[in-house]
Amino acid sequence: MTTITEAVVARSSESGVRPLLDIRNVAKSFGKNPVLRDISLQIAEGEFLTILGESGSGKTTLLRIIAGFESADSGEILMEGERLDLLLPYRRRVNTVFQQYALFPHLSVEDNVAYGLRVAKLPKSEIAARVSESLAMVKMSTFAGAKPANISGGQQQRVALARALVNRPRLLLLDEPLSALDANLRRQMQVELKSLQREVGISFVFVTHDQEEAMVMSDRIALLRKGELEQVASPREIYGRPATAYTAQFIGHTNLLRGEVRAGIARCHSLSWKIGLPDGPALFSLRPENIRLVGSATEASFVRVRGTIERQAFHGATDLLQIVCDDGLTLSVRTATRENRQGEVLLEFAPADAVPVRESPDRG
Amino acid sequence: MFSRAYKAAVTLPPLLWVMAFLLVPYALLFCYSFWSVSSSQTIVHSWTLENYRELFRVNVYLQTLFRSMWIAARVMIFSLLLGYPLAYYLSFYAGARKDLLYQLVIIPLWVSYLVRAYAWKTILGSDGVLNTLLQYVHLTKHPLEFLLYSPFAVVLTLTHIYTPFAFLPIYASLEHIPRNLVEASHDLGASPPQTFWRVIFPLSIPGVLAGATFAFVLSFGDFLAPLLLGGPSGIMISNIVVSLFGAAYNWPLGAAISFCMLLLVLALLLLSEKLEKRWSFR
Repeated sequence: MTTITEAVVARSSESGVRPLLDIRNVAKSFGKNPVLRDISLQIAEGEFLTILGESGSGKTTLLRIIAGFESADSGEILMEGERLDLLLPYRRRVNTVFQQYALFPHLSVEDNVAYGLRVAKLPKSEIAARVSESLAMVKMSTFAGAKPANISGGQQQRVALARALVNRPRLLLLDEPLSALDANLRRQMQVELKSLQREVGISFVFVTHDQEEAMVMSDRIALLRKGELEQVASPREIYGRPATAYTAQFIGHTNLLRGEVRAGIARCHSLSWKIGLPDGPALFSLRPENIRLVGSATEASFVRVRGTIERQAFHGATDLLQIVCDDGLTLSVRTATRENRQGEVLLEFAPADAVPVRESPDRG
Repeated sequence: MFSRAYKAAVTLPPLLWVMAFLLVPYALLFCYSFWSVSSSQTIVHSWTLENYRELFRVNVYLQTLFRSMWIAARVMIFSLLLGYPLAYYLSFYAGARKDLLYQLVIIPLWVSYLVRAYAWKTILGSDGVLNTLLQYVHLTKHPLEFLLYSPFAVVLTLTHIYTPFAFLPIYASLEHIPRNLVEASHDLGASPPQTFWRVIFPLSIPGVLAGATFAFVLSFGDFLAPLLLGGPSGIMISNIVVSLFGAAYNWPLGAAISFCMLLLVLALLLLSEKLEKRWSFR
């Protein structure tokens, strides 16, 4: 299933309609330490793009380069066809929601939100109207006169969002804005943020290290690893068809099966199935939820193996089982919750669920 | 946690110290200010308001008091004008040279006050460094007399001596401003000057107030700079107090003046503390 944005992105790249933001071959080093290497990425109008990566992957640096707080060593960034990276940060039509919110402590909530409009010297009446509209949008109207120190973290989060959006930027950058919130509030804000983004129709570039958050909110995910893009795709695609072993392991939980292909047959330990790949060593990602425990064989084309349950971990809606197969292979299997499973089981999976992935290159 | 005896052992010595060397002398000072001196130069221990009346009746006392405040105010302003840009540069733009420059501000404080005051004497004197230079390059024919033994010399010297005291609290308050606030301001479209006036300066006000108070209070009570460099026109109120406690032998009047100075300074400290609280947000 393709989302609207995917279709937009696809169409714009086909028909030559330029994207909102075009990042071309951007590289950056701090001293001798390369942080970003040759990043090229396009962001469509109205898209919610998440830059996902571990700490140290360069995701915040990429965001800071777009905002203008850092400059790239090479490459260029275009916004609607014009060079963005040559502008000073305060001349870019890009606004940021900072990780620690960065609200001005000496200004009230209202004055914080009005800040961008006041420095732009807009008429007083327009400032007042837009500020109250923005505060209403994030449900903070009743706190207009409060100082940032006197409102909660979640409320500061909303004010930071209103302060950025009130300027009607072409692009909103969000630097791990939810990481300081507790789990419940965080899930609530994820939903709110996503619906707010749909409502205002502004492109969001959201940085996070939390793959679950990325999947819930994004139209597309750009997975960054040690300064290079590992894969850029919709959440469903990046989860269902990971391109590399790293992607498969970083997003969700997976079994990596190392084997080889010979004459159209993939082999891994005692397992084998038909596949349309050339001969050679191969690596497959098999999601735990795609392996089923069965009483007896169901379909002839499925791959089957016998094993013994070694461990059972309760995950709420599901159990994660650690199963050692008779041929020595260990598999993680996700099943519906049931108390105390033990002993011998028969496993099967569809050959199509074993997704061939590339080995992720070793980057220093 | 700690026993009463331990707490007493730790807190009593400083408490006694303050009592013996601060509170008791102040109490004595307060008492002296209501006593008088007889014609035979002995202290008369009977209560009178005469000293305070004299303070407000004799012009030279009030004049000198106001001159001292005016000198202190100028020192305060010049210290801030010098200290603030320096602190701002160090905090935001000095980069790797920050520590070195900071040390360069601190090191003069290790040099004795007297040495620094005398140094100005050799610079400003009629055959001093500055006048010699001015005559050598034929900018003036005769040495400039107003340079030394004038309020100008006192303000200059006190500014030199107390600028680090204005610099330090300003620097500390600038260092405490989270840098992401500056980035947020730029992000919202504010230029560097707008960012300075709307974010950086308001958040540094507690430091400015502390620095201003230091510079004013310290120079208001100073007596060495006017003694060495002030001449007759640069006399300050502390010089009068010194002479009243010394050669003039009028301890009660000296005490009354001291007490007024003390009240003035306390009022100022209270005011600055109130303002500082109003301008701190964390």
